[in-house]
Amino acid sequence: MTTLMDKPTTSTKDDGSARSLVDAVFRAREISIAGALALLVLGTWIANPRFLDDQGVKDLLLNASILVLLAVGQSVVVVTRNIDLSVGSVVGLSAFACGKFVAGTDHGVLTVMLLGIALGVVCGLVSGALVSFGKVPALVVTLGMLYIIQGLDYWWAQGEQISANDVPDPVLGLGSGSVLGIPYLPLIALALLAATAYYLRGYRSGRELYAIGSNPEAARLAGVPIRRRILGAYAFSGAVAGFAGALWLARFGTVVADNAHGWELTVVSAVVVGGVAITGGTGTVWGAALGALLLTTIGSALVVLKVDSFWQGAITGALLLAAITVDRIVSLRMTAALRKRSARHGNGA
Amino acid sequence: MNQPATGPAPVLALKDVSKSFGAVRALRDVSLQLFPGEAHALAGENGAGKSTLIKTLAGVHRPDAGEVVLDGEAVVFHGPADARDAGIAVIYQEPTLFPDLSIAENIFMGRQPRRALGRIDRRAVRDTTAALMKRLGVELDPDRPARGLSIADQQIVEIAKALSFDARVLIMDEPTAALTGSETARLFSVVRTLKAEGAAILFISHRLEEIFALCQRVTTLRDGRWISSEPLAGLTEDDLVRSMVGRDLGELYPKQSAEVGEIALSVRRLTREGVFRDISFEVRRGEIVALAGLVGAGRSEVAQAVFGVDRADAGEVVVDGRTLPAGSPTAAMDAGLALVPEDRRQRGLVMDMSIERNIALTGLDRLGRGGMVRRVLERGRAADWAVRLQLKYNRLADPVGVLSGGNQQKVVLAKWLATEPAVLIVDEPTRGIDVGTKAEVHRLLSSLAAEGLAVLMISSDLPEVLGMADRVLVMHEGRLTAEIPRAEATEESVMAAATGRNERAAA
Repeated sequence: MTTLMDKPTTSTKDDGSARSLVDAVFRAREISIAGALALLVLGTWIANPRFLDDQGVKDLLLNASILVLLAVGQSVVVVTRNIDLSVGSVVGLSAFACGKFVAGTDHGVLTVMLLGIALGVVCGLVSGALVSFGKVPALVVTLGMLYIIQGLDYWWAQGEQISANDVPDPVLGLGSGSVLGIPYLPLIALALLAATAYYLRGYRSGRELYAIGSNPEAARLAGVPIRRRILGAYAFSGAVAGFAGALWLARFGTVVADNAHGWELTVVSAVVVGGVAITGGTGTVWGAALGALLLTTIGSALVVLKVDSFWQGAITGALLLAAITVDRIVSLRMTAALRKRSARHGNGA
Repeated sequence: MNQPATGPAPVLALKDVSKSFGAVRALRDVSLQLFPGEAHALAGENGAGKSTLIKTLAGVHRPDAGEVVLDGEAVVFHGPADARDAGIAVIYQEPTLFPDLSIAENIFMGRQPRRALGRIDRRAVRDTTAALMKRLGVELDPDRPARGLSIADQQIVEIAKALSFDARVLIMDEPTAALTGSETARLFSVVRTLKAEGAAILFISHRLEEIFALCQRVTTLRDGRWISSEPLAGLTEDDLVRSMVGRDLGELYPKQSAEVGEIALSVRRLTREGVFRDISFEVRRGEIVALAGLVGAGRSEVAQAVFGVDRADAGEVVVDGRTLPAGSPTAAMDAGLALVPEDRRQRGLVMDMSIERNIALTGLDRLGRGGMVRRVLERGRAADWAVRLQLKYNRLADPVGVLSGGNQQKVVLAKWLATEPAVLIVDEPTRGIDVGTKAEVHRLLSSLAAEGLAVLMISSDLPEVLGMADRVLVMHEGRLTAEIPRAEATEESVMAAATGRNERAAA
C-alpha cells in the first residue's frame, strides 16, 4: 500500500492549489487501501475460485459488517484524540444480555436492538463522563471499563450459554436474511457508515469533533463545548457497540460471555490502518470502514489459502506499523510542502 | 477613574476586578473602560497582568471579585462562546488554529452558516472566507489547511475570524510581535477601518510607537494593579515607560561591568535547513550577549542546535577551543555548556519532583558512586544553591510545582549552574516572572558574568536586552541580521534588524 501512495496526483481541477494536494493525499489513502483490498481478493480468487462464489462473497460481507460498525463508532472517538477500548466488552455484554432477554420469548427485532443500543449508551456515557468531566486519560478509563464490563458479563453468565434454539426466528432472520441477495447486516453497516460520514462532514457538532482532536486549546478558545462533544462521541461509540452486540446475537444465535473478546484492538487497528490519526483531527469513517474490510478480508483469505491463522495477527501488526509510518511520513512531507507553498506565495506577493 | 464628561458610554468595562491563581495575585482591583470607536492601549511589563485581563474579557477566566460590564450591565461569561456571542473578538499572542482543518473552517468553527436541517453551508463558508481574504488584501486559499502557515498568515486568519462576526470589541494581544513592517501597516489599516465603523479596540504592544500611532487612550498595569487610565495625547514615551515600570530602569537592570576575557563559545556557520542559516557568533568570558528577534525568528532553535538537542545540518560549535560533536547534549554538557530552556514547565523542570531532586538532575553521577545517588550529597547541593540564589521555599522536599514562576526559574538556574558551566545559554530567563524576582535574576546573571561566565541570553523583552547585554545579536527569519554593541543598541536599531527593515533599506 505504501507504493501506491507516494505520488499524490495534483491533476484535479484546482490544479496546483494546496487543497488538491491535501485532498489527493487523503483520497490516496482510501484508494490505496481499496487497491490493496482488490489485489488481495483477486489473488485469493485466482488461488481458489470458490473464494468469490455467492456464498463466499456473502461470508466476506457478513464477517466484515460488525467490525465495520465498530470501526465507525471508534473513529468518532479517535478523531477527538481519545480512544475507546471498552467496545469489545460492550459487544459481549450486549450480545449476552439481548440473548438472555429474548431466550424463549417472542420479543420483536426492534425491541432487542433498542435494548442493545441502550446498554451500549449507558456504558459509553460512563466512559465518556470519566474522560470528559473526570479528566482521566481515555486509555486508562476505557481499559478499566473493558475489565469491569467483562467481569460483569462473566459474573452474570456463570458459564451459561445461549443457544440459537432459544432465540426467536425474526431475530435470527435479521442475521441470515437478505434483500436482493445482499444480506441485511452489510446494508445496516453501510447505512450507518454513510449517515455518520454525512454527519461528520456536514454538521457543526461533527466538525467540532475534528477541531477538538486537532487542537484542544484552540477548540476551547473557539467556544466549542468540548466536554459535551466528547461525552457524545463516547455515547455514540457505546451505542454502536451495543447495537453490534445485538446484531452479533442475530447473526450467530449462540452466545457465550466472552464474545468479541479482544476485538477492541482489532477495531483500533482497522481505524488506524484506515487513516484516522490516533492523535486526532484527521481521517474519515470511510477510510476506517475500508480498514476494517481489509483486516477481515485478510483473515478470510488466509483461511481459504490454508495459511496458519496465527499469521493473521502478524499481518495485522505489520499493516498497522506500515500505516502509522506512512501517516508520519506523509504528515511531515505535507507540512514541508505547505510551508514551501507559503514561502513561494509570500515571495511572490 | 476619569471617565470623559461627555461622549458615548463604554461598550465593555471591567470594574474592580481581581483574579488569583493559587498564591499568585494576577489582577487586583483593576478597572478598564472600552469606548466605541476608540483604540485603547493596555500597557505594562511582562507579568503585569495583561494576559489575565484579556482572558477575563474573553470569558476564559472568571473574576474572583468585581464584574465585567457589557453595555452598562454586569454580565458573567461562562466561556469563550459567551464572550464571542457578545461581540468580543480576541486575537491572542500565539495564534490558536486547528492545523488539520481548512482556513475557512478555522474561521467559522462553531458558527458556520447553515442551510436547511442544520447542515453546514460549505459554499457560504468558503465564499465568505474568500471575501474576507480579499478585504484583508491577502491571497490565501480558503480550502488550504492551516498547517504550515507562517505566523503572519496565521495572524491574518485570526483577524479574519474577528471580522467574520462583526466584532464590536476587538482585543489584540501583541498582534504585531511577529509581523514585518508592511504586514503591520496592513493590520493597522484594517483596525482603523473597524474603529471608524464604531468598534472598540483594546491593543497590547511592546512597541511604544505603535501604541502612539494607533491608540487614543492608555491603561497601565503594574504587578497586577491598575496604575492609570488616561488619554495618550500629551503623553510622551518616557511618561509611559515610567508608569509601566514605576522605578528606575537601572534598578531593574543592574548591569555590572565585567572584564571581558577569552572566547568561550564560538559558533561557526551553523545551519539547520528551513529553520536557520549561516549563524556565526562568539561569546567571551565575562560577557552577556543577547540574542534578540521576533517570535519565530529561530533563536531558540539556534540555542538548541548549539547545545546539541537538535542536530545542525552544517557548521560547528566550539567551546573553550574544543569542537563539539554534532547532536550530543551530553558532550555539550561535558564541554561546559548549560542551557536553561524557554519553557520551564515542559523542558526545564520535572514539576512533580522535589526541589532538591530537580537541582540534582544535572549531576547525578557526581552525587554518588556506582549509579547510586547519595541523598545527603543531593540535599547538600540543593541547600547550597538555594541560599546562593535566595530561593523562597518551604522545604527542599516540596515539589517544584508549588513554587512561584520566579522561584521555579531559580531552580532551573541552580540545576544548570551546579554543573559549573563555562557558557550559560538562557532562553527567555524572565518570561512570566514578577518584577521583583526579575531584578534578582538579572542581578544573578550579571554577577555570574562578572565571575567570568559567558552568558548567551535569548530574550523577547526589549528593555531586558538593552539593559543587560554587552552586545546584541539580532535574528530575522532564520538569519543573523545585525550585531549591535551596547552603546549603539536602541529599541529602534534592534527592532529594525528584527523586522528585517535594515536589510530592506540597504537593498
